[in-house]
Amino acid sequence: MSETLIGIGARNGSRPVARRLPRLSALLPFRRFATPVLLVLGWQIACSSGLLSTRLVASPAQIVATGWSLTRDGTLPANLSVSLVRAASGLGLALVVGVCLALVSGLSRLGEDVVDAPLQILRTLPVLAMVPLFILWFGIGETPKILMVALGAMFPVYLNLHKGIRAIDPKLLEMARTLGLSRGRTIREVILPGALPDLLVGLRFAVGISWLMLVVAEQVNADSGIGHMMMDAEDFLRTDIILVGLAVYGLLGLASDQAVRALESALLGWRPVYRGRAS
Amino acid sequence: MNALTDPRPRGADEAGKAVAIRRLTRRFGDGPAVLDRLDLTIAPGEFVALLGHSGSGKSTLLRTLAGLDPVTEGTITRPRDVSVVFQESRLLPWKRVWENVVLGQDGADRRERAAKVLREVGLGHRIDAWPLTLSGGEAQRAALARALVREPQFLMLDEPFAALDALTRLKMQGLVSELWLRHRCAVLLVTHDVDEALLLADRAVVLEHGQIRTDLPIGLARPRRHADPEFERLRSVLLDALGVCDG
Repeated sequence: MSETLIGIGARNGSRPVARRLPRLSALLPFRRFATPVLLVLGWQIACSSGLLSTRLVASPAQIVATGWSLTRDGTLPANLSVSLVRAASGLGLALVVGVCLALVSGLSRLGEDVVDAPLQILRTLPVLAMVPLFILWFGIGETPKILMVALGAMFPVYLNLHKGIRAIDPKLLEMARTLGLSRGRTIREVILPGALPDLLVGLRFAVGISWLMLVVAEQVNADSGIGHMMMDAEDFLRTDIILVGLAVYGLLGLASDQAVRALESALLGWRPVYRGRAS
Repeated sequence: MNALTDPRPRGADEAGKAVAIRRLTRRFGDGPAVLDRLDLTIAPGEFVALLGHSGSGKSTLLRTLAGLDPVTEGTITRPRDVSVVFQESRLLPWKRVWENVVLGQDGADRRERAAKVLREVGLGHRIDAWPLTLSGGEAQRAALARALVREPQFLMLDEPFAALDALTRLKMQGLVSELWLRHRCAVLLVTHDVDEALLLADRAVVLEHGQIRTDLPIGLARPRRHADPEFERLRSVLLDALGVCDG
């Protein structure tokens, strides 16, 4: 009510101000992009004027041009698809193994004793430090790369789902018992849907980690993939190609994070937060 | 609230007991017995209110009857089809209201059955709602519907209105009374509220140190009124049994 009154007052008082205000507020969502755009402009100017050596860093325009030519000659799509397949297989493997282990250790005490301790010990090892060992074990083909991704991404899946299963409200489990639900049905209808939000949190971490693992795996002993493309470019001082690779990694991370978010709002429609966002 | 004045248990031919508890004893660790050789019978269709202080063993008794706690000493006989309504609605937030109501039930007509019982508790318009969007009273109505859809012979209510505001509680008490007159199942209502017990129950039992110390038939005609002198008298008796002075 008071807002309307103030609005009327402003319109009556000074017309130009009232007319300019809505236009400014329409620009407000874009204000966040002002700084990045300015930075890119400054970067371009610094490169064009010779302030920045293109041996150190290519200009934004050059990056776009290189990206386009790499796309047209098929280098980028070929390497991108190799990287995507690696990340997807690794992540898929991590999901399957992580979910299975979490179910085993989340649903039975015996399972927890058997599975949880070794995983908690393994978790404290930096997975990236195992690259040399993986190369020794599995050579330099696709296997060590996919396994690196899988190993790194498995832990967040396992840890979050395990936590989610263990954190199910015991009152809901009691209710299921009074309704006479069988063990299998309780797992299907109460435990798994209740742990799904935690699984999705784990999945988001896992997606982030799989790109990280992929970068390292592809920069050590690879003959294809975005990481290989970047390492190759290093030999020829092609900072533009390196930056194209970086941009692709960034976009891939962003896109996969959005995909998991979309999955969350699709699957967790019952949570008031997501209803609010959807409407 | 309801027109019937003399609620009799479902048919005179249904003799015997719906629930019989014989010398039920329960203790945790080496502590004193929470339930101490407790005897209680509930007739088919009878509405019994169970009162008592916190720690008097009310919850333990109800949990044992619901099959959530094991029977270690003594015996319990109860019908196969029982339902429990807890203080919290305990609806699964990831299932729509109607799916919660028929949780664990099979058959192609699940949705119709849910709809029918939801209409009965006055929640027919929220059949497809998500539980987290329900108010406290609506959620308890859904929990009641979930209990009733199983057509229980014995219904346990564990302080089902304790978390509701006073006006909603009055409405819910009316609803329970109505539903009981229609379904005629045996009911055990655990409550702290003496007035609630007097409004709803055929009999009020007071639990003390794990035993039933007071077993008070409530012969008031229904609908019951607070202003009734007999209501006042029974209220004093119950408060006295609970060790509260009715000033």
